[in-house]
Amino acid sequence: MKINIFKYAAPATFYPLAGKMIPWFMWAAALLGIAGLYYSFFEAPLADYQQGQSYKIMFIHVPTAWMSMFIYVVMAMWAASGLIWNTRLSAMMAKSLAPTGALFAFLALVTGAVWGKPTWGTWWVWDARLTSELILFFLYIGFIALGAAIEDPRRAAKATGLLALVGIVNVPIIYFSVIWWSTLHQPPSLKLNESTMGVEMLISILLMTLCFWSYTIGVALSRVRTEILQRESKTDWVAALVQEGEKK
Amino acid sequence: MFSAFFSVVRRELLLAMRRRADFLTVLFFFIIVVSLFPLGVGPEADTLRKIAPGVVWVAALLASMLALGRLFYNDYVDGTLEQMLLVPQPLSILVLGKVFAHWLVSGLPLVFIAPVMGLQFDLDGEAIIVLIGALMLGTPILSLIGAIGAALTLGVRGGGVLISLLILPLYIPVLVFGAGAVEASASGLGAQAHLSLLGAGLFVSVVLAPWATAAALKISVE
Repeated sequence: MKINIFKYAAPATFYPLAGKMIPWFMWAAALLGIAGLYYSFFEAPLADYQQGQSYKIMFIHVPTAWMSMFIYVVMAMWAASGLIWNTRLSAMMAKSLAPTGALFAFLALVTGAVWGKPTWGTWWVWDARLTSELILFFLYIGFIALGAAIEDPRRAAKATGLLALVGIVNVPIIYFSVIWWSTLHQPPSLKLNESTMGVEMLISILLMTLCFWSYTIGVALSRVRTEILQRESKTDWVAALVQEGEKK
Repeated sequence: MFSAFFSVVRRELLLAMRRRADFLTVLFFFIIVVSLFPLGVGPEADTLRKIAPGVVWVAALLASMLALGRLFYNDYVDGTLEQMLLVPQPLSILVLGKVFAHWLVSGLPLVFIAPVMGLQFDLDGEAIIVLIGALMLGTPILSLIGAIGAALTLGVRGGGVLISLLILPLYIPVLVFGAGAVEASASGLGAQAHLSLLGAGLFVSVVLAPWATAAALKISVE
């Protein structure tokens, strides 16, 4: 049996597939989240010898920061495939990922601030990593705002796609300029505790990261389903779907 | 191809000369923003000398934002832009011509007025020369990157505010290296590394930005 993956590039066939996939990813996210939280609260060392209990926010902070970066790359890849092959679904995927990416960037900033207060004694320092995370958040906001401002969905998809690509070219440049800037201005006096990580801590972080991955995929897929219905609302299959729904 | 480039530059300059107020506004915006800082921060020469590069660069960023709205808008409204899309020469060359002319009338005046701003902030001669060099290399990058944003937000409601949201994060490297150059020379490190990076950024953006802008224009006009 040969499965034609391009069949699912069409919104009409992808819609039911996404519907089947969402519960799997959401359940996976819930189970992984429970396991990850269990590990981080009960298996990981009770308190770090330098930071005390407060270090445990790391199990949320590090995965959210990773996710915010991964999602931008994935989003840019969807945007690129949308511009290259002119597939409608790719642009919808890019659009659906953006809010989750912005959410994770925001969470990384907030948890970082909450973590920074007890360990560094301040909510915010103009450190290279914090600053570049903040800029990443701005990039997400720009992407979402541009998509919201353009009425025509096809033009919005292409324009935001181009913006995502311009952004991905600039992200490394911004990152290195910020690193250089912060080393020029202040010696990196406030380094995180770079001690080697225990196995339990590593497991917790990995579990939480996988949980966030599953959550992201599940949420993005359900956003894509809404997006598909909105854009294809004039087609026969959506009309049939709505009628079926009304019968039930 | 070169004749297309030069005819676009000539046309843009001619149009700009007919509407001089547009670009003088940008220049005076720059001067006023820079002059507001001593009033807000206080007149101590030491503080002013320290913040001068950052203030001048942030003001240059904002002034360049302000000028961007007009880059494609008039041509978009009267249909010239559609004709430009139909021209056999590559659109990116025409875009490069437009951006170059735009920089000549909105970026270059900032470079010329910057020494006066430097004197207001009590910078010494060497720092002022570095500031001019950095602005000379950096302001074209601002125009080139900004053109992408201007093309993307063409005819979009609330485009003026939106463009700053899209473009200002991308301006950050220019700000870092531009202001850093002056600071590095003031602290005795030498500005060469920063200026080299700005130059590299200029070359990369001359190659890539017109191409991205042309793609954005095609999206906006179709």
